[in-house]
Amino acid sequence: MNTENYISKYCQIENNTVFVNGEKLFELKDVGFSEFIKNAYKEFEIEYPKFFKMDNLSKLAFVTSEIILKDVCEKDQENDIAIVFANQSSSLDTDVKYQNSIQDKENYFPSPAVFVYTLPNICVGEISIKHQLKSENAFFVFENFNTKFITNYANQLIKSRKAESVLCGWVEFYQEKYKSFVYLVSKDGLLFHNEKNINTLYNK
Amino acid sequence: MSKNCYIIQTNCVTPLGFDVNSNFEAMLNGDSGIQCHKNSPLLGSSFYAATIDSTQLDVAFSKVECNAEFSRLEKMLILSLQPIISKQKVTPKSVFILSTTKGNITALENKEYPIEGTYLSVLAKKIALYFGFTTEPIVVSNACVSGVLAVAVANRMIQAGVYEEAFLVAGDEVSEFVLSGFNSFQAMSENPCKPYDKDRNGVTLGEATAAVYISSDESKIGKGSIKILGDGSVNDANHISGPSRTGEGLYRSISSALKEAYINPHQIDYLSAHGTATLYNDEMEAIAFSRLGLQNVPINSYKGFFGHTLGASGLLETVFAIECANRNQLIASKGYNENGVSQNINIIHKNAKKEITYFLKTASGFGGCNTAVVFEKIK
Amino acid sequence: MESLKVELKAKIIEVLNLEDISVEDINDNDPLFGEGLGLDSIDALELIVLLDKNYGIKLTDPKDGKAIFQSVETMAAFIAANRKK
Repeated sequence: MNTENYISKYCQIENNTVFVNGEKLFELKDVGFSEFIKNAYKEFEIEYPKFFKMDNLSKLAFVTSEIILKDVCEKDQENDIAIVFANQSSSLDTDVKYQNSIQDKENYFPSPAVFVYTLPNICVGEISIKHQLKSENAFFVFENFNTKFITNYANQLIKSRKAESVLCGWVEFYQEKYKSFVYLVSKDGLLFHNEKNINTLYNK
Repeated sequence: MSKNCYIIQTNCVTPLGFDVNSNFEAMLNGDSGIQCHKNSPLLGSSFYAATIDSTQLDVAFSKVECNAEFSRLEKMLILSLQPIISKQKVTPKSVFILSTTKGNITALENKEYPIEGTYLSVLAKKIALYFGFTTEPIVVSNACVSGVLAVAVANRMIQAGVYEEAFLVAGDEVSEFVLSGFNSFQAMSENPCKPYDKDRNGVTLGEATAAVYISSDESKIGKGSIKILGDGSVNDANHISGPSRTGEGLYRSISSALKEAYINPHQIDYLSAHGTATLYNDEMEAIAFSRLGLQNVPINSYKGFFGHTLGASGLLETVFAIECANRNQLIASKGYNENGVSQNINIIHKNAKKEITYFLKTASGFGGCNTAVVFEKIK
Repeated sequence: MESLKVELKAKIIEVLNLEDISVEDINDNDPLFGEGLGLDSIDALELIVLLDKNYGIKLTDPKDGKAIFQSVETMAAFIAANRKK
């Protein structure tokens, strides 16, 4: 039995630029993140009104994942794709926004629509809902992208037959400082799924 | 050949006591850590919550550490893990796993405080450094399933051969942040929560920490050791804040865990469920359990004793489920009087003796996440 | 009443982040939930905050929301009768 897994597709978003399989496919300089990500959403012809209700971390994770999944997920059938994401700041960007809504007792209006995004795994839920991925999922927090952990965790999910393929990623967002790197690990693909290749792609 | 993982030691810090034994005795006695908080600065109106007395915490903490440079949550985490570390040796093959949803979120209230202080990775590093871990700490932050997912993560990473043993600690605090949030969701119960009861009307929040030591070294197995047989953590893919009406993600999580464990539903002797006491969560669980044929298995929720302790709950409740198995004791589900879910499930209404070999722990949370782990008591 | 309805539509669009929908697109009697604007349970909770923040109306039982949030028409009527600011 072939125990080797491959990286079949990858997407990166940082500095207002979208790279797909290493190729720059979209760029919009000199605008803030909200403007940029909305334009990226349109550029890649994503149609999903719920996108506009998401917080920034979810928007980033969603668009990066959507670019990969839109051609991979088969409509009207089960897609056994696990999602394993991690970042450094958890949901801190939205945590700060929520804290500001309760800080001033004279102007105290906690918003449920903001509060729900004060958990980092909500972005994983958003992606799962879009593609009906009733599959394995987890969210981790590390100081830096922990290639060793994520690689082993993804391999173990496939080896133990808990998932056919795994969408892995680093999705970091805090106050306009952001970086996403999402890749699909499966039984066939472009590159061997190992720490060295992932580090090379991540640091590109 | 994959390795087997065993839970060798457990501990916890809750409003009912600072070790497993005192907590268990309190539960047998029917005590609850939930109290009414009037005129609290944390919320405009009075509310019920299970909180730890800060003075008692400081007294207990001063016995293990004289350095006071720790936050309240950090003290709770250290107190939980310390008795375990004192009996085990941390090696380069040991990993430290922290489960939390909000960590030191209370630090956000002070705008002068550096923002890095609220990073979960900084909190994990601080605790890991304190106990001398050399490997990079792992933080599991997956809403309300975090605590039980941490057990699955340890099991998986040890099986993958990355580590030989794992020290898990889970914790969350009652804060203005989470109280106001659950309140804005209109999800807070006006009275102490009543999981699965017909009069249930919401969550009561709580705070606690719990710790377990997991090892693949069979020479460490002793009296009270528990084998981890299987796990699953599957998303509902339904709604970010509401559970699936059919319990699909929970159903699949349990199925996945049972399949890996080679166990049939009828072999399960006891089920420690999530039971937050919201209308939809408890109903969803009941449907998932019935679909699996688990309706006759004795089930309880510990939320009536400790409230919902968020990222701590899954691990805290695993610790109590283990204690139930080791004592062959079922604990009545606090707050439950009359069935309030559509399925005829077997909620434990009275403390009772029962031989427990195989047991199941489940949890579900925001983002549509669910986790299940199957355990076996070593005889 | 007409100006309240227009104001309300603008506020709903703003707080619920309804993209590509303008005040003119929402009819007074359009259902807000289900088929209409397709709002969900979190939106309903957010509308409760909207009532509190802008009109000083506190809804403590979310079940009351069902009748009030049927349409802009029913919301405006409720606000006009109960507003504190």
